[in-house]
Formats: sequence, structure tokens, C-alpha cells
Amino acid sequence: MNQPKASPHITQNEALVFERSQPGRRGYMLPALDVEETPIDELLPAEFRRADDLEGVPELSEPDVVRHFTRISTWNYNIDLGLYPLGSCTMKYNSRLNERVARIAGFANLHPLASEEDAQGALEVMYELQEHLAEITGLPGVSLQPAAGAHGEMTGVMMIRAFLDKRDGERSAGRRVMLIPDSAHGTNPASAHLSGFTVKTIRSTSEGLTDLEHLRELCASGDVAGLMLTNPNTCGIFERNIQEICRIVHDAGGLVYMDGANMNALVGVARPGDMGVDVIHLNLHKTFSTPHGGGGPGSGPCCCTSELEPFLPVPRVVARGGEGGERSFALDSERPDSIGRVKAFYGNFGMHLRALAYILTHGRAGLREATEAAVLNARFIAVGLADTFDQPFTSPPMHEVLFTDRRQSRKGAHTLDIAKRLIDYGFHPMTIYFPLIVQGAMLIEPTESVGRAELQQFVDAMKEIAREAVENPDLVLGAPHTTRIGRLDEAAAARKPVLRWRPEEKAATA
Amino acid sequence: MANVPENLQYSKDHEWLRVEGDTGTVGITDHAQNSLGDVVYVELPKVGETFAAHGTFGSVESVKAVSELYLPVGGEVTEVNESLQDEPEKVNTDPYGEGWMVRVRLADKGEVDGLLTAAEYEDYLKSEE
Amino acid sequence: MRYIPNSPEERQEMLQTVGLGSAEELFDSIPADVILRAPLNVPEALSEVELLARFEEMAARNTAARRPSFLGAGAYSHYAPTVIDSLLQRSEFFTAYTPYQPEISQGTLQAIFEFQTLVCQLTGMDVANASMYDGSTAMAEAVLMAERVTRRSRVLVSAAVHPEYLHVAETYVAHAGIELVRADVDEATGRTRIDEGALDETVAAVVVQSPNFFGCVEDLKAEAERAHAAGALLVVVVTESASLGLLRSPGECGADVVVAEGQSFGVPLSYGGPYVGLFATREKFARQLPGRLVGVAYDKEGRRGFVLTLATREQHIRREKATSNICTNEGLIALAATIYMTTMGRKGLQEVAAQCAQKAAYARKQIAALEGFELPYSAPVFNEFVVRAPAPAEDLLRRLASERQLTGGLALSRFYAERPRDLLVCVTETNTRAEIDALVAGLKQVTAS
Repeated sequence: MNQPKASPHITQNEALVFERSQPGRRGYMLPALDVEETPIDELLPAEFRRADDLEGVPELSEPDVVRHFTRISTWNYNIDLGLYPLGSCTMKYNSRLNERVARIAGFANLHPLASEEDAQGALEVMYELQEHLAEITGLPGVSLQPAAGAHGEMTGVMMIRAFLDKRDGERSAGRRVMLIPDSAHGTNPASAHLSGFTVKTIRSTSEGLTDLEHLRELCASGDVAGLMLTNPNTCGIFERNIQEICRIVHDAGGLVYMDGANMNALVGVARPGDMGVDVIHLNLHKTFSTPHGGGGPGSGPCCCTSELEPFLPVPRVVARGGEGGERSFALDSERPDSIGRVKAFYGNFGMHLRALAYILTHGRAGLREATEAAVLNARFIAVGLADTFDQPFTSPPMHEVLFTDRRQSRKGAHTLDIAKRLIDYGFHPMTIYFPLIVQGAMLIEPTESVGRAELQQFVDAMKEIAREAVENPDLVLGAPHTTRIGRLDEAAAARKPVLRWRPEEKAATA
Repeated sequence: MANVPENLQYSKDHEWLRVEGDTGTVGITDHAQNSLGDVVYVELPKVGETFAAHGTFGSVESVKAVSELYLPVGGEVTEVNESLQDEPEKVNTDPYGEGWMVRVRLADKGEVDGLLTAAEYEDYLKSEE
Repeated sequence: MRYIPNSPEERQEMLQTVGLGSAEELFDSIPADVILRAPLNVPEALSEVELLARFEEMAARNTAARRPSFLGAGAYSHYAPTVIDSLLQRSEFFTAYTPYQPEISQGTLQAIFEFQTLVCQLTGMDVANASMYDGSTAMAEAVLMAERVTRRSRVLVSAAVHPEYLHVAETYVAHAGIELVRADVDEATGRTRIDEGALDETVAAVVVQSPNFFGCVEDLKAEAERAHAAGALLVVVVTESASLGLLRSPGECGADVVVAEGQSFGVPLSYGGPYVGLFATREKFARQLPGRLVGVAYDKEGRRGFVLTLATREQHIRREKATSNICTNEGLIALAATIYMTTMGRKGLQEVAAQCAQKAAYARKQIAALEGFELPYSAPVFNEFVVRAPAPAEDLLRRLASERQLTGGLALSRFYAERPRDLLVCVTETNTRAEIDALVAGLKQVTAS
């Protein structure tokens, strides 16, 4: 392919592995086969074997591979480079120590179907993490099985469904409405739908809080199974009526699900269980610093009240013995009310290790200290930018702060442009156009992992961009100017999607 | 200011209807395509499918939004604009011409009277701002 | 706390800057009666030295991790070139977020595009997504997708699919109005048996695993023909992706959807996760795919780049009408698999598969020759096979572990009470001849006495 170059620098024009491939190169060496070879036709008739010789799969040497991935890696922004203020994403520092823990051979080489007596250490890790998450959330039942936040949501909502079916029997069919605020993350309605619920949307007030009157009105219909609520919500505001909200839903016979995406504002300060929440998922890849990895793996444990505990996925990790005798750990699948399995094996164990390491490294004092530092950092930005950007809500922000482009958009610079211009200043943009209820939303979450000077640099950059938006709007509208490629034509990409590489001669005819 | 041709009927869902005999041609208005942005995909029904007035007959997608398409009047689909599969951008460039979406055999011509005239639709757009 | 840059003194100054007197005031919007008054009941902080000692001690009690092992059944020991983990530990990869800002995420986006292409090449399909959580959830999503595509509500699932995958699918479809119908295993061949009359115009898909849970290679071509004749899709599940280096691709056999567990591609066993689900299908179903997709895009100067595309399928836009609720997937593990497939390359993937098949054949022959052991199934296998032992498999495994320091495989009684004497043995390129010989000798010894 003849591509225009991003710059003459070779590291900026790294081709695809398929384009780099040269016949005969190899990047591996296996030990020679040490058993007598059986003729392949005896093992497997030709009709069951590949006949394409894996044509098109690359052939590269080891240095080719290392250079390729190293070069393309340099085109990524990352936490280790600087502030990554994506709202509701909690991009905090990923400890190298936790990475080391996850790579200890006794964990990394452990097969999931090893017998329980041969996997006591791993089971203890999971059991101990469950205990700490129960304490942190104030919700005693814990399953580590869900693989990500949305997976945890699905699990939690299915548990609500199972609880109601058991409690109400056939009458449960009359409760199929899940209430979700209009500010919620899109995974909430998608997860509710997977559990067979119809979604009704609750309005937010002008303060950015759940509209209690609307909630009461919707609950009065008698068909409400539950409420899915993020707290602090996606406007960065603590739902100060949370106890009343839970009461209204409970009085109407429903349960309260909390999306724990924003738990980094609460750890060690307040517990969802104490507020009246029935079930929550946590994002270990947010609050507990397991790395995002460019889009996963995540881990989305579910924590619930003792009433909901029988419905958690199986198998459960349990402790046996203790009290003087030796304590041992086991997998327990004998839970007749369980919703079943949501994943093969036991969840993203490698993430469980890192999260436990995070908790033990922080300790009881450090967990609260991190929460305070995270909220303080967000407040620092809120104050720093208060005179420059429009704030849709006046309530003080928790761990993330919401602004809009209202003042800047009058001169033509919208949220997208401001975000792209921020790239030129060396920062990753904030979450944009979310929550959906706020036009031109910019949701900024600095986390605790950034120092004062860098926060100030960010504030200064945002102010500078606001000035540019008025004095030199083209500079903002054309941003970013410093990256190896400019804004990409996403409409053309979606109209004629090219989702894989094909050899050139075939691509021409495809 | 959005283009609102005189000779068409309009719905509050921002679809237009051109009536010729007992056939109606349907598309989305200039205002609708403008607020949607670059159209990247149009999902249309099959010929022969029947819809009631206000029935969802398909959807139109931009890069980051999906809008359902509502038939302004009831009827049976007699033709769909297949060319939108390859060139959905016609909805942006020529919403009242090459960007048309379906033709239907009108079930009840009386339903047309319930739609907005160009002037009424322009007033409606103003009231929505 | 050493991960917090601002010192306590700096934080005190910042509190003043924002007009607060104390850290407690940061939480004034939280009702006083839910504010914690006492510290959490979690331990005091551990230093790095103490923490490592604690985890090393727990790891040491995972005795199975140190033994030669013949366990497979959905998670496989394969050689993982050192470059994989070395590259994964680059900050640019592991500390980046989902690539929402393409101008500063091209490394991740290009790697995903390469991943999608490699998955297509190996499975013989047209399009693949950016990954699912694992093979089991990918299979459940494939069942949901088959219902969307065909608008039919029954799905015929082979009883030779991994039992935990089946369990996950049951959970996923519990409220989706989909009925899972079981297709039994033929007790002579070990392959799925699709009975006359099992397929009609209500069936959305036939789901088969190959090699199946009992190690048998399915006759996918015949199964595709049966499914298609009834207007149903064929969904092929692969738990041992190394087999794709040798076996005819599901796509070539006529599969409509291929889902696989990608753990075999250089991903550590790690007690069951994180792994990576592969999901591939035909071009015509691209808009029905769950999860993220990366596509080619160009900037104004015509420079090639990559973006997340066809996003209107996804939850953040279509909300409850999305093709799936998935958001975060398994990005870094998909990268590991990409580096693996690239490093092993066209020849290496075939060599690994060939060695697996050869070593498994060697082991199978030796074990079958032992007194009292038999091979119940006649279908060809890849690197896993069932042997029927003269004694309860669980007892044999326990003795192999304690007397020979070997993990001899999986007792099928763990999933099937009616199969007390069946042992599922997996052999990969990492098992040496000496290990195989030790297993054979061990089985001989523990059944002789």
C-alpha cells in the first residue's frame, strides 16, 4: 500500500505486521519433537486438516516483532506519561509491585481445574479479597466472577430478578420495570435488558440529582423491580438523598442496584451497604488500580446484602474450619437459588491478585487517604476552572467535575475541539459528551495519582484553550496539530467499514 | 435555516411524504439530516412489509447516533431506495431527492390530511428551538 | 501512601486553596449518618517486602502449579515466547485506556486491527471483533446473536460443549426467551449426534465445539450442512485455539459464527483468567456483532489510521437495544494473543499444533496399551482424549499427585457423575517425552496395586 507518510521518521510509519512479513523469517524455536512421529494421515484424515498453509499469517523474526510493537506503542498516550483525566474511568497509577505479584509462578502457572487442595493459596487470595470488598462496601455477600463492570451489572440485575421471582412467585411477572436515571452509563440499560427488564428513565433535577418526585411517581405503578443508580452520579455529585431513594424503592417492593464505577470517591469514607443499597458491582480496574490495558481486562465483583447472597453466581469461594483448627478454602456450587455461572472458571484471577495487593499496600489508612486525595484533586480543578468554563450544576463535586462548552461554543469551539486541543498541550482529554443529559459535557477525573503542579498545568492549559477559542478559534478547531495523524474521517470509516487486512491483490477485488 | 419544500407533507418526527396518486414517497427532512450529522447507514424494510401510521420502518445512523424512522402514514412498502446501502451520504446531500427512503401504497389517503404543511412544519421547527 | 504524589502538607495547602478547613469537609454532601466514624476493618499497610513475602507464601500453597500437568479442558499450557510479556509491560500498552481518542491511541488501535485480522485468518471468517471476556461468554453472546439474526428462539447445543460454557449460556439466556436444547454425544464416536427431527424452522443455531470437550474433532462440514438445510446458523466453539494451526478452519467448513478461547495464544493459566474471547462471523452479520470493532480511517492528508467503528451497535449509543452490554473487553490479553500469533507466525502456529497432535498420539497409544485401559471414542483427536480407566479416575489422580508428583488430567466425574472411570488427558508441546513416560508408568503403577 502506498500511504502518505505521517512524517519521514521511520518509527512514525510502522506498517501492519502483514505488510512487514517476509517469507522464511521466523521468531520462535521449539524443542525438537521427542516422540516417534506418527504419519499425519493416521492421526487426522486430510479432510479435517487445514489446506491453506495459513497463507497471509505473518512471518517475522523476533527483532521484527519487538520493533513493530515498540514502535506502535509509542503512538499511545498512557498513565505513566501523565494525567489521564477520563471522568468515571478512574485512571490512577498502576503499581509495578502489583504486576510483579500477578506474575509469581505459583499463581501464573496454576490451572483453574487443579484440585482444591492443590490451589489453597489462590483460593485464599480470592477469599481474602472478598472479605475486604465486603468490608469496603458494607455488603457481606461477594462474588469475584464477573469479568468487567457491565458483566457485574448483568450479574447484579439477574440476582434482583431471581430474588423477586423467589419472593413473589408468579406475581413477579408483574415487576419487570428497571428504573435508570437519564444520566446513567449505557451499560445499565443494556444489562437490564439482558435480564428481561423494561427500562424506564428517571429525570434528573436542575441540581443534577435524581428527581425524587419522578421516582415516587414511577414507583407508584407497582411494577418496579428496582433502580440502577450510580453514586456519586455521573455528574460527579453525591446523591445526598440516597437513603430516601432507597426507602422509596424498597417501599415499592423493589431493590436498589448501585453502579460502583465511582467508588473512588467513597472508599473508607462511606459504604453503599449503610446507605440502603442492596447490590453493587465494583470495577477493580478503576477503584482498585488494576491496569486498563488499552480496554481490559477488567474485573467487576458483585457485593450484596445477606438477603441476596443465595443468588450470587456459583461457584462461591468459601472458608472451612478455623476457630483453632486449620482453616481451608473451597469452591462451593451447592447453591440452589444461584443465578448460575456468568463465566467459565472463577473470574479474572490475575486482577484479583492485583486488587488484593492494592488493598494490602494501602492498608486501612491509605485507602481513605487515597479517596481524600482524589476528591481534593477534583475540587482543585473545579475551583481552578470555575471562572473559565460553565458548570451545569452548583453542588460541590466529589472525585470528578463536570463542565460544558457553553461559553466557548458561541465562538464555534465545541467540546470535541477543546478535547482535541488538550492533546497538543500533552494531556489526554477528559470524558466528553457524557453524561448525555448535559450538552457539550466535559467530565474530568484527575484521581489521586497526580501532583499539584501537574494539576495546575492542566488548569492553565484549559484556560489557555478557552482563550484560544475566542482569539484564534482555527487553532482549536483544527486540533490536534502535534500528533502523527490528524482527526480521522469516522463517517467514511463507518460507511465502508474495512475491519481486517487483506492481501493487496485480493483487497482490490473485495 | 433548514430547507422545507412547499409541495410535501411533514410529520413531527421529521419525515416528509410526497403523494402521487395512491403512492407515497418518504424520507427524512433537511432539518433531520442536519441534526443527525453524517449519515453512515440506513436500515430499510423489505418490499411487501406493511406498517401502520407512525410505525417504525427502519433506522438511520450517524457515527454516534441512531434514529428510528417512522412512517408518516400507514401502507405497504412497494419500493425501497437500495442505493442508500452503498451511498447513505445521499440522505445528507439530497434529503428530498436521491435520499428518499421508501415508497408505500397508502392504506388510507385520509391520513395525509393529518400531516403538517410546509408552513406548519416550519412553525413547528421554530417552536422546537 | 507512596502512590499519592501530594504530601500531607501540600494537601493541607490545597484544602485552603479550595476554601476548606479539613479533609472531612470534602465529604459534606454525604449525609452525616452514613459517614464512617471508624477506620475500615482491613489490615494496616504492608511494605513491599512484607507484601511479596505474603503473596509468595500463598503462591507456594498452589502445589499444582509446580507439577508436570496433563490438565486441559478449557485452559492449556503452551510455550509463551518471552517477548510477549516483555512487550505487554510497556506502559504505553498496559496503562492506556480504551482507545476513545484515536489520535493518541493508534498503537492500541493498530494492534486490535491486527488481532481482528489474525482471528479471521485462523478461523477462516470475514470479520472478528476486538475481543470478548473469554470463550464461555463469547459462546453465550453467539447464542444471543443467532436469535437476533434468525428471529428464531431455539438453539441446539451439543452436549460435548465445555460444561461450564453451557452453564454460562444457560444463565445468559434465562430471560431472553431462548430455549437451549441438548444434542447428545454419540457414545461410539464421541461426536455430537444431531437426531432426525431435532432441526426444524424454529432452530436459530446449532452450537458445537471442536475439538469437543472429550477431545474429539467434530465433522463440522456435515454439521454445517445439516444446520443450513434447516435455515439455522452453525456456531463453532473452540476452547483449544492451538488446534487452529492444524485443523481445517471452521469457516472453511461452513461455520456462520466462530467463538474461541484465546488463552492458548501465549496467555498464562492464572487460575482461570484473565483470558480472551475470540468472536468472528460472516461479513453479512458484521452489524450484528457484539463488542468493539476497529476499522481503517484516513485523516485529511490521506494518512492511514484506525478508529473504533460501527459503534451504533453498542450500549453507549443504543442502550437497551444494543447488541450486547459489553464495554471493557480483554484488550491487553488480545494484545498478548496478537504478539503470540505474530511471533509464532505462519510456521510456528502449525508446528505447535503438529507437536501437540504428535505427543498426544504418543501418549494415547501408550495409555491405551495399559492393562484395563480403553479408549471409548473412535473420532480423531487433536491434543486431548478420554481414557476409560479400570478404577475411579479421581483415585488415580490423587495417587499420581502424591506418589508421582504429576497432575494426570481431569476426572470427568467432576462434571459428569455417570463417568467415574473417565479421565480426560491433555498433552501439549510443553510436555516432554519423559513426562509422558512418567504418566504412563504412573498409571500402570497405580492401577496394578
